[in-house]
Amino acid sequence: MSAGEKFVQLVICVAVFFGVVALILLVTSRLRSRSGERIQFAAFVLPAVLLIAVGLLYPAISTIITSFKDNTQTEFVGLDNYHTVFTDSQQLKVLRNTALWVALVPTLSTFIGLVYAVLVDRARMEKFAKALVFLPMAISLVGASIIWKFVYAYKDNENDQIGLANQVLKSLGFDTYNFLLNEPWNNLFLIVIMIWVQAGFAMTLLSASIKAIPEDIVEAARLDGVSGLKMFRYITVPSIRPSLIVVLTTISITTLKAFDIVRTATGGNFDTSVLAYEFYVQSFRSNNAGLGAALAVLIFVLVLPIVVYNVRQLRKLGA
Amino acid sequence: MTIADPDVSVEQALAAQTSAASNAKKALSSPWASLAAVVIAVLWTLPTAGLLISSFRSEDDVKTSGWWTGLTGPFTTENYRAVLKGTDVDLATYFINTIVITIPSVLIPISLAVLAAYAFAWIKFPGRDLLFVAVFALQIVPIQVTMIPLLKLYVQPPFNLAPLAGGDAPGGGFYTIWLSHSIFALPLAIYLLHNFMSQIPGELIESARVDGAGHVQIFSRIMLPLMAPAIAAFGIFQFLWVWNDLLVALVFGGGSLDVSPLTVRLAELSGTRGQDWHLLSAGAFVSLVVPLIVFLALQRYFVRGLLAGSVKG
Amino acid sequence: MRTRNTRRVAALAAAVLGAGLALASCADDDDGGGASGTWPGADKTECKDLEQLADFGDLSGKEVGVYTSIVAPEDQAQKDSYKLFTTCTGAKVKYEGSKEFEAQLPVRVQAGNPPDIAFVPQPGLLKTLVATGKVVEAPSQVSDNVDEFFGEDWRAYGSVDDKLYAAPLGANVKSFVWYSPSMFADNGWEVPETWDDMLALSDTIAASGIKPWCAGIESGEATGWPATDWLEDVLLRTAGPDVYDDWVSHDVPFNDPQIAEALDQVGGILKNDKYVNGGIGDVKSIATTAFQEGGLPILDGKCAMHRQAGFYAANWPEGTNVAEDGDVFAFYLPTVSEDFGRPVLGGGEFVTAFSDDTVVQALQTYLSTDVWANEKAKNTPGGGWVSANKGLQVENLVSPIDQLSGQILQDPDAVFRFDGSDQMPGEVGANSFWKEMTAWITGQSTADTLDHIESSWP
Repeated sequence: MSAGEKFVQLVICVAVFFGVVALILLVTSRLRSRSGERIQFAAFVLPAVLLIAVGLLYPAISTIITSFKDNTQTEFVGLDNYHTVFTDSQQLKVLRNTALWVALVPTLSTFIGLVYAVLVDRARMEKFAKALVFLPMAISLVGASIIWKFVYAYKDNENDQIGLANQVLKSLGFDTYNFLLNEPWNNLFLIVIMIWVQAGFAMTLLSASIKAIPEDIVEAARLDGVSGLKMFRYITVPSIRPSLIVVLTTISITTLKAFDIVRTATGGNFDTSVLAYEFYVQSFRSNNAGLGAALAVLIFVLVLPIVVYNVRQLRKLGA
Repeated sequence: MTIADPDVSVEQALAAQTSAASNAKKALSSPWASLAAVVIAVLWTLPTAGLLISSFRSEDDVKTSGWWTGLTGPFTTENYRAVLKGTDVDLATYFINTIVITIPSVLIPISLAVLAAYAFAWIKFPGRDLLFVAVFALQIVPIQVTMIPLLKLYVQPPFNLAPLAGGDAPGGGFYTIWLSHSIFALPLAIYLLHNFMSQIPGELIESARVDGAGHVQIFSRIMLPLMAPAIAAFGIFQFLWVWNDLLVALVFGGGSLDVSPLTVRLAELSGTRGQDWHLLSAGAFVSLVVPLIVFLALQRYFVRGLLAGSVKG
Repeated sequence: MRTRNTRRVAALAAAVLGAGLALASCADDDDGGGASGTWPGADKTECKDLEQLADFGDLSGKEVGVYTSIVAPEDQAQKDSYKLFTTCTGAKVKYEGSKEFEAQLPVRVQAGNPPDIAFVPQPGLLKTLVATGKVVEAPSQVSDNVDEFFGEDWRAYGSVDDKLYAAPLGANVKSFVWYSPSMFADNGWEVPETWDDMLALSDTIAASGIKPWCAGIESGEATGWPATDWLEDVLLRTAGPDVYDDWVSHDVPFNDPQIAEALDQVGGILKNDKYVNGGIGDVKSIATTAFQEGGLPILDGKCAMHRQAGFYAANWPEGTNVAEDGDVFAFYLPTVSEDFGRPVLGGGEFVTAFSDDTVVQALQTYLSTDVWANEKAKNTPGGGWVSANKGLQVENLVSPIDQLSGQILQDPDAVFRFDGSDQMPGEVGANSFWKEMTAWITGQSTADTLDHIESSWP
């Protein structure tokens, strides 16, 4: 295809799509009654819900079914795959690491993003300052992992260093350190990579929401003599609470699913594997679809507490 | 937190946005606070800066010494030349493919999500919240588990529909990529946009209802303008994810070079056995330019961006 | 747009045609009676050694897709080598290389969207693919060529249950030790001929103040594979090819004493802190050093020897002279005893077809000829390619290391064995074997390592 033909395809696609959306809006705009409202709801929601049902729900259900089958997908083996997941000696470490990731990445990236957003707010060169922290977001996770592998590169003290972190240690007179090798600290150094990427996401969303705090609340607080860290603690944070929840939730789910960093940086060696990476290995390297699916289902289950928490928030909002 | 206060006008509310943050900032402003900001900025920039310098160093230098030893040169543009001219397929072709892939993959999910988010927030329907939670929870499904079932559907659709993927795919395989990106973006898009939507004060909607406006009117005349910043902000994130995506294009593009995006080229830069890894730095920056421009261009939306929904009318 | 029905008809027609062709080729001289039209190569001199392709008739306007793990810049030579095919048959080749090949190919096959031809680098993966029922058996022309140009051993690697599915394509030799000829000459060191000589040399070098060996086994998710090559190479030398074959097929358990002995032999070098890790660090640093960088300290004179395959030639920075009298070169990893001849460990790719279209079979046939092998050699100006095809003339290979590999592959005394981890089931060959060898480097005992791998065997 020539470049021209590709753009023609692009225009056709976009035009057809917006044509359909406009048609939906036009047809449903005349409806006013209570039953009309239901039709409108359906018209607004169905396109998205149908796509999600086909593209995500159906694969999710087939994954759950696969998790009860053997590795060639021919026979049902009951709970065997789950039994393997929970009895494998390595698996406890994997669960521990996953817990570490999910505990540290969302909280620390949100915290750093929040603090940075507050600090640079209305500062000179605010846009530039934000672009610096946003930049890692624009690099893929694989790219970020490669960058940090360079940072962590190890050679012993006698040799010239290639990695920045060890150069710093060496300059300060310490012995160089093999960051990716020594368990359990190597997990933290991998988590740093994810935080480095996700802080930009948190910073961007939270910065916008800080700017939307109504002035009257702040004024009232100030008249009451609130200032300093107390203002941050009692006014800023509560005011942006809904966005904090959104950011924490989104980063938690992203973290649960992320395996690129482990895959690129250590390949899951040195006790650094996480559930999502184990899922990937079993499904695509070991040809063990059943076990891989069981691990995926375990990830689904782990997200349930987050879902429940959000449902509660939704109820509060509705009340 | 939204405090409903009908007496505050939009103007006041907008004006209020500006100083709330500065107060919060004063709250933290001390030499230590400034230092903290600088430390974060430096830590976040340093690894990328090292990469930038490496991208201008020769293969031999990159492989044998740290980038900080090369601050004063010598510099070379050889790596960039290799990235731009490394194969018989022009880099421009990959760029065009990425752009063709990205535009609908951003527009479609956002439009669908904004419609759905409005309905989830403001149209009453039995079982609405349950459906919303289901949609939101499906964010957890990794793309990897969808590959085989979804690709099967594309290649052999039910009811004798024309296949969307494979050698005879319409549009050279772009349609499956667009569709897949849209699907994968929807749960998060609906979740985020719903959050902003639901923070828009109910009084605004109610008064419009009283005036006789239907949902379509409210959606298109009140919500869309109010949501513009939020939409632009989610747009940049979706843009980034699609721009950096390799997997969806590889799996659902059906293996046609005609539709391969830039990431396909970047992934093979290091050579069959990874021997040319010194080229990766230059490749990363070639790919980084466009998202950075988009970010800087759209940043003015970010400032009063997402969650500006708590502005009251 | 082709529907599934017409495709089925086409497949049937091709099958009938194929049968007809088989008869026709028996009848000799009848140049492809059943095929449509005379082949475009009929009166071209460059096609005269490719008469087999006449069986497939005129393929002008047809296209065949090739999916491989060979990406730029190495893909250019592949593409160039297909030009002769296009000249002689009229068909075009659509080439797609991807570094995600090994994970993506099974996905495409299972989803019903396989490529026409894939170059599969592991016999183990080939076995998995054949089990899906989607792989098509190699046509008789390919089978004949494999008999003529490749040994029994190579035919077996491309076969499942004695049926030939995939002909070998490229090959590589892994039994090499890289060194610096100038460094050796300056110090009066000699290339060792036996394992004991090599250890004696290592001691000499260690006494001179530098660590003789350097290594790196880090390779992202495949971290550990260079260590598995070490074990395989040594096992071939200590226990011999027969035990090796039984080990690969799991007739000898993974934690057999013979395997343990070989691994300890490897440990004598890789886990000996007097020997490693020159220019990098301690023994454990092997696990976190990228395999691409593992041998680079040789250039600084901080390390003397690095065991790695011939394809490591591409990792030396531009401007390094890779030759017997240059900056770096490689010698054959010496034997431990004389009982087992000259074992050679190596790898290669196999041309796997998922379609029996004439044009696909034509390309399969072309790729299995000596003509293609020489064509490929001539089209690889930078070097870095070799094949086990006996019709390949070694002088057509460009670089000295390729020529050395070519000689070793064609040496009648050499006992070639394919990389064992590539033949084992994915659970072992692409998972526990890598992982446990990495753990072994970082301190796990030989017994634990082998026990863990044994228990992971499906």
